Amino acid sequence: MEATREMARVRYRDGVAIVDLPRQIDSTAERTLNDAYAEAVGHGPGGILLNFQEVEFLSSTGIALIVGILAKARKDGRVVSSCELSDHYREIFEITRLADFMQIFPDEATAVAGR
Amino acid sequence: MISLTRTFRRVLGRGPEERSAIAPRQAPRRPVLETPPIEIAPNDPLLAYFHAGSGAVSIEELQLDSPAVRAMRAAGLKLVVPLISQGELIGLLNLGPRLSDQEYSTDDRRLLEKLAAQASPAVRVAQLVREQEAEVRARERIDQELRVAQLIQQQFLPKQLPKLPGWQVAAFYRAAVEVGGDFYDFIPLPEGRIGLVIGDVSGHGVPAALVMATTRSILRGDAPRLVSPRAVLERANDFLDADIPQNMFVTCLYAVLDPETGRLVYANAGHDLPYVRTARGVVELRATGMPLGLFPGMRYEEREAVLEPGDMMLLHSDGLAEAHGRERQMFGFPRLRELVGEKVGGQSLIDVLLEKLHEFTGPEWEQEDDITLVTLARSASPGDTHVLAEFEVPSVAGNERAVMEKVAAAVSDLGLEPRRLERLKTAVSEAAMNAIEHGNKGQADLPVEVKVVVDDGRVTVRITDQGGGKDIPEPETPDIEAKIAGLQKPRGWGLFLIKNMVDEMHVTTTETHHTLELVVRIDAGPASGNGKGAS
Repeated sequence: MEATREMARVRYRDGVAIVDLPRQIDSTAERTLNDAYAEAVGHGPGGILLNFQEVEFLSSTGIALIVGILAKARKDGRVVSSCELSDHYREIFEITRLADFMQIFPDEATAVAGR
Repeated sequence: MISLTRTFRRVLGRGPEERSAIAPRQAPRRPVLETPPIEIAPNDPLLAYFHAGSGAVSIEELQLDSPAVRAMRAAGLKLVVPLISQGELIGLLNLGPRLSDQEYSTDDRRLLEKLAAQASPAVRVAQLVREQEAEVRARERIDQELRVAQLIQQQFLPKQLPKLPGWQVAAFYRAAVEVGGDFYDFIPLPEGRIGLVIGDVSGHGVPAALVMATTRSILRGDAPRLVSPRAVLERANDFLDADIPQNMFVTCLYAVLDPETGRLVYANAGHDLPYVRTARGVVELRATGMPLGLFPGMRYEEREAVLEPGDMMLLHSDGLAEAHGRERQMFGFPRLRELVGEKVGGQSLIDVLLEKLHEFTGPEWEQEDDITLVTLARSASPGDTHVLAEFEVPSVAGNERAVMEKVAAAVSDLGLEPRRLERLKTAVSEAAMNAIEHGNKGQADLPVEVKVVVDDGRVTVRITDQGGGKDIPEPETPDIEAKIAGLQKPRGWGLFLIKNMVDEMHVTTTETHHTLELVVRIDAGPASGNGKGAS
């Protein structure tokens, strides 16, 4: 399992591409995040959900990666949302105003049902 | 109204020669009439007469008890045609005698009235354009002046707060829209003492800023040599009295603090009294003296106080206490004094005061005067400073997490509220990453030094790199809209994040090092740190 927790993984549920984020989102996650986004976009026209369940560490570089994904998604006309954020990272999403640019759901089921 | 005729003549660009051309074409045989501008008082009955639709008026025949009519007769005017636009009198066509000496005929008058009716809207438009242009020019000039005043002000306020062992110093300055003349200063003195200055120059804008700069230079020049606050203010007064305009003055408190003993010697030139929170309540530090620059040879009272461990002093300018609320009531000194009594530390007191001010004035408030706040808090017991951890890590990417975990372990026994701990961890890892990537440029052999200390209810984490020379930029709020729109790079969140994660963030840059100091209060609840303490 250790290896997968370092990599982002893409699953599909009810037409939504769910990206299980790696536990560390910093410069080491750039490649896997971009790959996962490309995969999710390639799969179909549905929404993309970033699942933060396993995230233990999110740095400012990680924030930049998420901002980068939002920028790409805007160009591609895709909707990105998030779920399973800890209180701390949710606060960071509010301070950075990431929360103004993507919907944040408490958990995956709500997020998938929410569209 | 006063300038109506003047404006009219300016706008049309007509001299008297042109005006007389309305009369039959004849070469002028006598000096052309030059009418001085006629002033019409707002309550002159002539105005009502014009407004009632008088048309062209024969001034000589007019039966009206009017100073303006008398003035017109004296100026030799024969016929006056009002220019009315949208019911408003905007100017007059003033005509002297016809060159033929004949009376103005009915046809002449009709022609002139027709001309007036057609010219009025055009004149009005020209007047409006002119007013608009003048307004724009005035605004530009004011803006330019304000920029200069701000520049001077910024130039002369301290760039850094003094580091006094066993003391916490915090300062806040915010200029009013019309920059006032507030200033504060910390002057290093012999034997480890420090001079504290707070002052306020009367007036606003560039003049106040210049006097502020002068005062600061005088104080800086004399303070180390004279030391005695009384002597320093007396000399400053004599200098300023000779140098500054008569209607200007400077209020100024000057105090000399010995950080070792807490002994404070002070004199006051009419400035708002500092408050000191002591174990026995809030006291004012009183010393009498006139503002600087009003009269030569003034004497100033010099007094002493001791700031005991746990005491805190607030120096302030009247911009806070004299701020007006929505019903024009004043924030007031009693309220300020009461807030000083609340058991919060220096930077937190500043935050509290600004919050209360915001509640008091409401969000629409335009700040009336500069606001300056300086706090000096003496640690409850200087011996209470404990070093919880001190270590170094090599500048290798990823080590920011190691620093974060070590700091978290070091503070684990302090009982930090969990969300505050999470924030501190984020701030520490970001600061460490900055030190590794930017300060030390990822050179593994350059260490990142970390020190964690606790004193007076606060944890302070100092993270030092081997960079230096170049200032770390002020944290700015990133423009997320531009980043998501692809107009800016997505990066650039580090400092902003750090500042928002801790109660205070201080940056020190020397030739060889940067130190980022992060401060978190231990006793505070989960409310967010808001980073107002950047210095």
